[in-house]
Amino acid sequence: MNVSLILFILLIGAVATFLSGDKFASKVALLFSLAALVCTSILVNQFLNGANVSLNNPWILQPNVSFALNADGLGLAMVLLTASLTPIIIFSGFGTHFNNSKNFYALVSFMAFAMTGTFLASDGLLYYIFWELALIPIYFIALIWGNGDADERKKAVVKFFIYTLGGSLFMLIAFAYLYTKAGSFLLEDLYKLNLTATEQTWIFFAFFLAYAIKIPIIPFHTWQAKVYQKAPAIGTMLLSGIMLKMGLYSVIRWQLPIAPLAAKTYMPILIGLSIAGVIYGSIVALRQKDLKKLLAYSSLAHVGLIAAGCYTLTADGLSGAVSQMIAHGFVIVGLFFAAEVIYRRFSTYQIDGLGGIRSQATKFTSMFMILVLASVALPGTFNFVGEFTVLYSLSQVNIWFAVLGGTTIILGAYYMLKMFQNVMLGETNTRTFADVTLNESIIFVVIIAFLLFYGLYPKPIVDLVNPSIVEILKTINR
Amino acid sequence: MENSLVLLLLLTPFVGFLFNVFFGKSVGKTISGTIGTIAVAVSFVMSVYFFMQLDQTGKPISVKLFDWIQIGKLKIDFGILLDQLSLLWLLFVTGIGSLIHLYSISYMHEDDNMHKFFAYLNLFIFFMITLVVGSNLLVMFIGWEGVGLCSYLLIGFWYKNQDYNDAAKKAFIMNRIGDLGFLIGIFILATMCGSLEFTAMKTHFLSIYMNTPQNVFLTSLAALCLFIGATGKSAQLPLYTWLPDAMAGPTPVSALIHAATMVTAGIFMITRMNFLFDLTPDVQNIIAIVGAITALVAASIGLLQNDIKKVLAYSTVSQLGLMFLALGLGAYNVAVFHVITHAFFKACLFLGSGSVIHALHGEQDMRKMGGLRKVMPITFATMLISTLAIAGIFPFAGFWSKDEILMVAFEHNKPLWIVGSIASIMTAFYMFRLMYLTFFRDFRGTEEQKHHLHESPSLITLPLIILAGLATVGGLINLPKPLGNGWLNHFLEPILLTKHKEESIFEGNAMMLMAIALTGAIVGIAWAYSKYIKQGFVPKQDSEITGFSKTIYNKYYVDEVYTSLIVKPINALSNFFRTTLEPALGNVVYGFGSIANGLGNQGKKLHTGSIGLYLFAFVIGVLAIVSYLFLAQ
Repeated sequence: MNVSLILFILLIGAVATFLSGDKFASKVALLFSLAALVCTSILVNQFLNGANVSLNNPWILQPNVSFALNADGLGLAMVLLTASLTPIIIFSGFGTHFNNSKNFYALVSFMAFAMTGTFLASDGLLYYIFWELALIPIYFIALIWGNGDADERKKAVVKFFIYTLGGSLFMLIAFAYLYTKAGSFLLEDLYKLNLTATEQTWIFFAFFLAYAIKIPIIPFHTWQAKVYQKAPAIGTMLLSGIMLKMGLYSVIRWQLPIAPLAAKTYMPILIGLSIAGVIYGSIVALRQKDLKKLLAYSSLAHVGLIAAGCYTLTADGLSGAVSQMIAHGFVIVGLFFAAEVIYRRFSTYQIDGLGGIRSQATKFTSMFMILVLASVALPGTFNFVGEFTVLYSLSQVNIWFAVLGGTTIILGAYYMLKMFQNVMLGETNTRTFADVTLNESIIFVVIIAFLLFYGLYPKPIVDLVNPSIVEILKTINR
Repeated sequence: MENSLVLLLLLTPFVGFLFNVFFGKSVGKTISGTIGTIAVAVSFVMSVYFFMQLDQTGKPISVKLFDWIQIGKLKIDFGILLDQLSLLWLLFVTGIGSLIHLYSISYMHEDDNMHKFFAYLNLFIFFMITLVVGSNLLVMFIGWEGVGLCSYLLIGFWYKNQDYNDAAKKAFIMNRIGDLGFLIGIFILATMCGSLEFTAMKTHFLSIYMNTPQNVFLTSLAALCLFIGATGKSAQLPLYTWLPDAMAGPTPVSALIHAATMVTAGIFMITRMNFLFDLTPDVQNIIAIVGAITALVAASIGLLQNDIKKVLAYSTVSQLGLMFLALGLGAYNVAVFHVITHAFFKACLFLGSGSVIHALHGEQDMRKMGGLRKVMPITFATMLISTLAIAGIFPFAGFWSKDEILMVAFEHNKPLWIVGSIASIMTAFYMFRLMYLTFFRDFRGTEEQKHHLHESPSLITLPLIILAGLATVGGLINLPKPLGNGWLNHFLEPILLTKHKEESIFEGNAMMLMAIALTGAIVGIAWAYSKYIKQGFVPKQDSEITGFSKTIYNKYYVDEVYTSLIVKPINALSNFFRTTLEPALGNVVYGFGSIANGLGNQGKKLHTGSIGLYLFAFVIGVLAIVSYLFLAQ
């Protein structure tokens, strides 16, 4: 058994969903995503028992492209993140009606397929194909099933598409150049290249453009807030929970080890830029009037810190970054779902029109509160483990990085608690707010249970990821 | 066996929390409150058990529950350390905690969300226990942030009032400013010592560091950062302004969290890390000075406040300042002594004020009180005892502990002694001002209120009586020779480096200093007596206050200064980013887009149908490739 099985299940799932018809589409999609999760868990288990679950088949001979999937701890952790969040995200749609739902859920499943592929591919061109493939479903999901004014939505989504596609083209050029040098796209061959410092700088920044837009790192983030706002909840969850981790993951897997000299040269600048994003995102989030946009900027701040952790080029930084990617993936999906729960009842994301929900919906309030606390990295949540590790690694590079990056614990508390106060507290809202349904609370409970469990016992995740981090660092420091 | 008893101590309040979250509403108020109280009482019993055990064997208990975080070589266990310091804290946290839970059964009975109140209160006790029993700084940090969360939840307990929610939010954020300091301190220490375990850090600083001092600057920085953390949690300058606002919470919360227990966490932490602070005299000086100034500033604000709980809040800030003064002078045992006596009399005062507020149906303005001593004799008597204690009147508990602080200050630093003494005189004044305005002369409220005046029920008065008793005799735990043998000093010896001197009140200046302190207190009381009893003065209405009094009454406008220097600029910046910078950055991207469009002369085609077609072809193509691949396998 190897990891191509996961891809296979997801792809079949997408097709089956499309064929199943509107009535059963969501259930079929859920079923296949759960099957993929089970399969992933089994494979991770086998991997931990020492089995080789990777795959390398020749694919295209001219140019020399392989269908190579490398399942190390890092890749598997990201796949596990995707495989766990996808059923949650699909299930979150059960309370919403979508026109042409077979198309919708087929696209969602297909996106999970493409993202999983991105996390596994160890051949540059294969990776690039998965990377771009993942963009297509989210484009349609946001464009067709999004909310708000259609023209404005189109403007935002098309901008997002062209912008990210444009950034990725530089990555493609970098791969083409690397191919001329190595005669292969295989990661291991690219790692072996002896590139000059100048070459590395070019390659590094070509990758950087692609990733900085995807993550996003300021000032390449301008597509983000509007798309998060306009996309349907499921789309926003896919984007913020999983897709932006593609960029962060790729920094660790591709950018740093292929161009380590450049990475070391520009490390302080990149950490600085990432941390600037933390502060900038937090400050912009403070005065947002739209709940989804506020969460988008909070996400900008959080991924800034993760990126900073990646660019420390230390084992602690990378390991913390991966933990934080997973923690952030879960919490942001939970938070966007909370926004969706509110939208289902009040049909608005405007914070001004909210408030006074707590007195009507105790269960919802508690669960939303816990997610807010996880988002501000309260100790005991997995987010704390990630944030603490990243900040600790930053402090080892330079204590001031930790101080500046650490402002997130103050500013984060500020904008999140302010949001929570305006959205949930105060005099009882004149409109009635029904407490969460069973389906809705299942999603919250699963996410919260995950965050609390690994907050107290992060060892399994860290142990899964760390060996591959060590390997990658060896390559970086070769 | 021992492990499970430790778990019982730690987890019972958490079980109480879970019970009240899930079943509290359905079982009814009395059962909900009773279970909450029993949960804390169990922890108290366990604390007593471990305390007796430690007192006999002298051996601390340390238990490792599980591996928590490992970052490279830095291993952080979820470990528990029950030594002299943690057990001392446990005793009064769970002891006073039980009493306040008991009190709340009656006090909160009218509230629809009483089960929630008990849930939060239990959760608080759980985190407070975690804070004090943690065997390393990061477990302490779990508790540290956890109690902050509970404080947030309880200040904003009446969540329909947005002012209260503001106060809650303010408390959380100001604490987090301190927490950032705490975290940075943790990072530095982890890097220096390679461990966050207290025992390992102590070894590092006592052996390795003492022999070859390296990173002297970093060591001081770490100590300073930890102190910044302490200023947040323990409401010292400049981060104290959240504590008076925190009085928005129900009064039992003010008594438990914002007077007796949580706010002493900073003192606990510094005492815990005494081996570090002893090495950094500069930071110690800063601590002493900040403590003394806080004591003075807060006491002066307390002079003119009219809200009974606000007076007590500023008094708490001021008393905490005195404790930090002692810490800064290296007299950890003295600070701990004052923490304990203060917990007794301040909890009693808050609960007493709650009893008064209860009788007046929510009135907190002392200008509308008066003459209550006849209708509320127990509340009056217990509060009077506690007031005598806080004012430092012989032989009540506060006399002994405060006297020791001033004595240490006199030895080390005369100006600080003067500052501390002035703060103490002020304390005597404003506390008796509170007593006179509340309990003496005639009632100034409405006829309606007067009609309903009553002494509180026994669930409320019983804790008052117990606490007043402790406020009377609490000094016994550390009487100087020849009256006692300084039990507390001896008890704390194993965890402190500096051996305390065997003091006797007949040595040196001790007698003279006691006499001065006592005279000061009596002057303060006489001052209050002549103004509020003899002259029968009642504080003016807010609008009539002028001059410097107005500045003090408005708390030196510190909140206003913070708002205009920090809060407003950040929000203005946020608005600027949101409305100006963000669209501008967005347009840059469009700029690139239009250049590309112009060059390619493709114009709007790119923005319309063609993309869909392109994508469609792409999808089909890739699908074909992938399916081919699988078929070929």
